[in-house]
Amino acid sequence: MNHNWNFDAVWANPEALLAGAAGTLRIFTICLVLGLSLGLLVGLGRYSVRQWIYLPASAFVEFFRNTPVLVQILWFYFALPMLVPFEISPLMAAALGISLNSAAFSGEIFRGGIQSLERSQWEGAQALGMTDAQAMRRIILPQAIKRMLPALTNRAIEIFKMSTLASAVAYVELLQQGKLIASINYNPIEAYTVIALIFFAFLYPLVQATYVLERKLRQGD
Amino acid sequence: MTSDTALPLLRVTGLRKHFGRDEIIRGIDLDVAPGDRIAILGASGSGKSTLLRCLNFMERPTAGRIVLGGKVIGTERSGHDGKIEVSYSESELTRVRQRVGMVFQQFNLFPHMTALGNVMEGLRTVKGMARDAAAAKAQGQLARVGLEDKADVYPSRLSGGQKQRVAIARALAMEPELLLFDEPTSALDPELVGEVLRTIRTLAEEGRTMLLVTHEVGFAYHFANRVLFIADGVIHEQGSPDEVLKHPQQARTQAFLARHNEFQF
Repeated sequence: MNHNWNFDAVWANPEALLAGAAGTLRIFTICLVLGLSLGLLVGLGRYSVRQWIYLPASAFVEFFRNTPVLVQILWFYFALPMLVPFEISPLMAAALGISLNSAAFSGEIFRGGIQSLERSQWEGAQALGMTDAQAMRRIILPQAIKRMLPALTNRAIEIFKMSTLASAVAYVELLQQGKLIASINYNPIEAYTVIALIFFAFLYPLVQATYVLERKLRQGD
Repeated sequence: MTSDTALPLLRVTGLRKHFGRDEIIRGIDLDVAPGDRIAILGASGSGKSTLLRCLNFMERPTAGRIVLGGKVIGTERSGHDGKIEVSYSESELTRVRQRVGMVFQQFNLFPHMTALGNVMEGLRTVKGMARDAAAAKAQGQLARVGLEDKADVYPSRLSGGQKQRVAIARALAMEPELLLFDEPTSALDPELVGEVLRTIRTLAEEGRTMLLVTHEVGFAYHFANRVLFIADGVIHEQGSPDEVLKHPQQARTQAFLARHNEFQF
């Protein structure tokens, strides 16, 4: 096997790669924001003593943790439109699947982080006259998030990688564009190599940036 | 001095606290008059900390009544078997805790905030003060405990004694009518105990109303105008420091003090 590497065809149409990168960043941002904020709500719900909050939150976590994201995306794209009176775009289907799945996983991270805080921190806040909600917002969550940061970073990286699943419903993102380039030019080696390297170029700095953030957050300890 | 006619700031009657089957507090009555400095002594597990923690509702009493400034805390109603059940709303408890401050054995400082941030937190979040006003007031409280130069330091960089003084400043900033100290020097290295006790003594000289759970018998003698000796969840003996600490009448008080004075000379 002696392959003559030739990247010309990949670079011939930079707009295709740019469009793919823009699509990847768009769905990543949407899923990161939706997944983590919904995850926080779910995590708080799983921490609740009220059964009518705890039970639905737990059911949500168990359901979305135990079904594959790809199945969820395909279900939202092909099955949901038959049940509801409106269209589901590829972006909507993929974002729903990835966000809900991420919410289930990050919800467990939030719950664990909140539970890891000592009772004494709650008592310190309560003794000043804080309500539970104030204590959660001012004392518990800021410290919990610091402890959760490594796990949340991993989640963000997972979300970035999961964005490639959107190609299954032909949403325009990096992998989808790579497939397109590969099938037009019969150059899968170069096309997928470039796609992999572009992902690495995005993710490596992201991981480094979170190390810096973690160090800064740790200054108080 | 406590006068019999002064209206009590705090009145506790028939206080009981169970943890599961264990009854830790078995019926305590206590009046605290304005300006009282009450030292609470007792062996480990006697219930002295639980008593203190019931007074600001860190623990919910199982039975009994707590009256603060003439007002009963909680909503009382008769249960099925004729017993009185008390329920507490969060808003009521947060109001009570603003009037009854607490200093903990393990300081319970917020590690993600500087010393100044710790003292400001209640002023900002609970009292809703503006940032500048809260910072100025907090700085003043740090000066009172001799830590004005540590305002920007995080708790992890403070010694145990300094941490406890920040915690005292944090409680004082809320201007409580009653201050509870739960073994404030028990977690400290011996050489750091003095600075915290000196801070508490200054507060005593200002006429603050305070309850102090402690193992420091010598300090209790000089600090308090009343001493309670707790055993098995009841007040076993009480009176002036002289009466309880120098001339105890009860055998268990005598035995407790003998143990604590074992190596003194």
